[in-house]
Amino acid sequence: MRYLCLIYDDESKWGTMPKEQAEAMMGEYFAFTEGIKKSGHYVGGEALQPTQTATTVRVRNGKISSTDGPFAETKEQLGGYYLINAKDLNDAIQIASKIPSSRIGSIEVRPIQEFN
Amino acid sequence: MSVRESIDEIYRSDSRRVLATLIRLLGDFDRAEEALHDAFIAAIDAWPTGGIPANPRAWLVSTGRFKAIDKLRRAARFDAARADIAAQIESIAPPPDDIDEAAVEDDRLRLIFTCCHPALQPDARIALTLREVCGLATEEIARAFLSPAPTIAQRIVRAKGKIRDARIPYQVPAREELADRLDAVLHVVYLVFNEGYSASSGASIVRHDLCDEAIRLGRLLVELLPEPEAMGLLALMLLHDARRRARTNADGDLLLLDEQDRSLWNREQIKAGLDLVERALYSRRFGPYTLQAAIAAVHAEAAEASNTDWRQIVGIYDVLIRVEPSPVAELNRAVAIAMRDEPSAGLTIIDAILTRGDLLTYAPAHAARADLCRRLGRNPEAAAAYRRAIELTRQEPERRFFEKRLSQL
Repeated sequence: MRYLCLIYDDESKWGTMPKEQAEAMMGEYFAFTEGIKKSGHYVGGEALQPTQTATTVRVRNGKISSTDGPFAETKEQLGGYYLINAKDLNDAIQIASKIPSSRIGSIEVRPIQEFN
Repeated sequence: MSVRESIDEIYRSDSRRVLATLIRLLGDFDRAEEALHDAFIAAIDAWPTGGIPANPRAWLVSTGRFKAIDKLRRAARFDAARADIAAQIESIAPPPDDIDEAAVEDDRLRLIFTCCHPALQPDARIALTLREVCGLATEEIARAFLSPAPTIAQRIVRAKGKIRDARIPYQVPAREELADRLDAVLHVVYLVFNEGYSASSGASIVRHDLCDEAIRLGRLLVELLPEPEAMGLLALMLLHDARRRARTNADGDLLLLDEQDRSLWNREQIKAGLDLVERALYSRRFGPYTLQAAIAAVHAEAAEASNTDWRQIVGIYDVLIRVEPSPVAELNRAVAIAMRDEPSAGLTIIDAILTRGDLLTYAPAHAARADLCRRLGRNPEAAAAYRRAIELTRQEPERRFFEKRLSQL
């Protein structure tokens, strides 16, 4: 079964983190990604640019409106994701708990809706 | 005993075991419940003439499984996906001719761990456990928690939906997860007991049915998984529940430990509780439940309130606060220190807790402060604290108790 692991953390922390710490974190991410590729869990995954680059799009009465930024002000922002293949939720939780950001932010684990 | 009476008896003793196995075989809670129902209907039909089978439980499991597959096959005429499910069930679960005990016990543990899975909402874990593991009707759970039945029903439906859709596995957790997951299970049992022992609101302080269910769950856990903390929790519940008959007077008013007629305490239950505490402590792997049980044990061992070994109780609270720091444990330790030394020593600690902003809306904290002020002859302060406790409590008997104390100042 496929699960999307949405990575939420305080993106301002990344900017204020000492260089060595940020590099160590990136190293951990590479190692983690390699690990789940080897174990066969990996389907896809990307990191996102900060929310200041985000645009929110809506269509109302046929008119496109686009506004700056994400629509909600929250302490933690969506910063990236992994799409994984896991046996069940326990398996998915195990994988999510190894995503480096789980220690500073949080990971939302969502089962993918399969349409037959 | 008539066949019908035997069937009722088997339903009471074994229906949860049969359900636990059917969930594993059929892979779905709702389908398993329906199969359980169908199996008992078939038993009522077949057993009076054909006789009760040698292994009724195995008969019920295999009949339930057969009925479920049959239903899926018939539905498959309209929905091809159902045929796949039926075929899948047949392939993964060959007919269980004889179900061995160990497999059945494993299924019961699977059911408990699944109902108490941390990915489910805490309220839903409680409702689902009472419904599926204890077999309580939705209406009974609603009455026990003073919630509308549709609210409880919805909680259960949502939880089952999440188990199915997010694929929460029907498993006993692996060794490395077991400690954390067992904590979640014990917490559910503890909350059920607490709600029964000290109902958070309402006219009656104790709901014995919930206490009984929690103790039954505790026994089941100790039987299936004799971990020290499971023993500690069962001991804690047994020792508290042993005071059941002495806790309130004829008018339903609350009596404190030092006012209780200790001859009304259930000695047999105390003995069972003390044995469990000892076993749990002996393991050296005990935690907060065992420590709380050890405190209850010290009380249980005192023939009279004046013989209570407060020195030992303070000592256990010291360990408890180290293992699991909490303002409520600090409050209780303060009361024990007041008993061991003098009221002012306890009052200083309670004031420090309140000053740093903890327990400000916790009625027992103000009641404890009131009692210590009263004993020190500081009546205006005691009165103010009792009034605050009266404002905060949602329990009718507790409110009456505080008002009585206030009027006696």
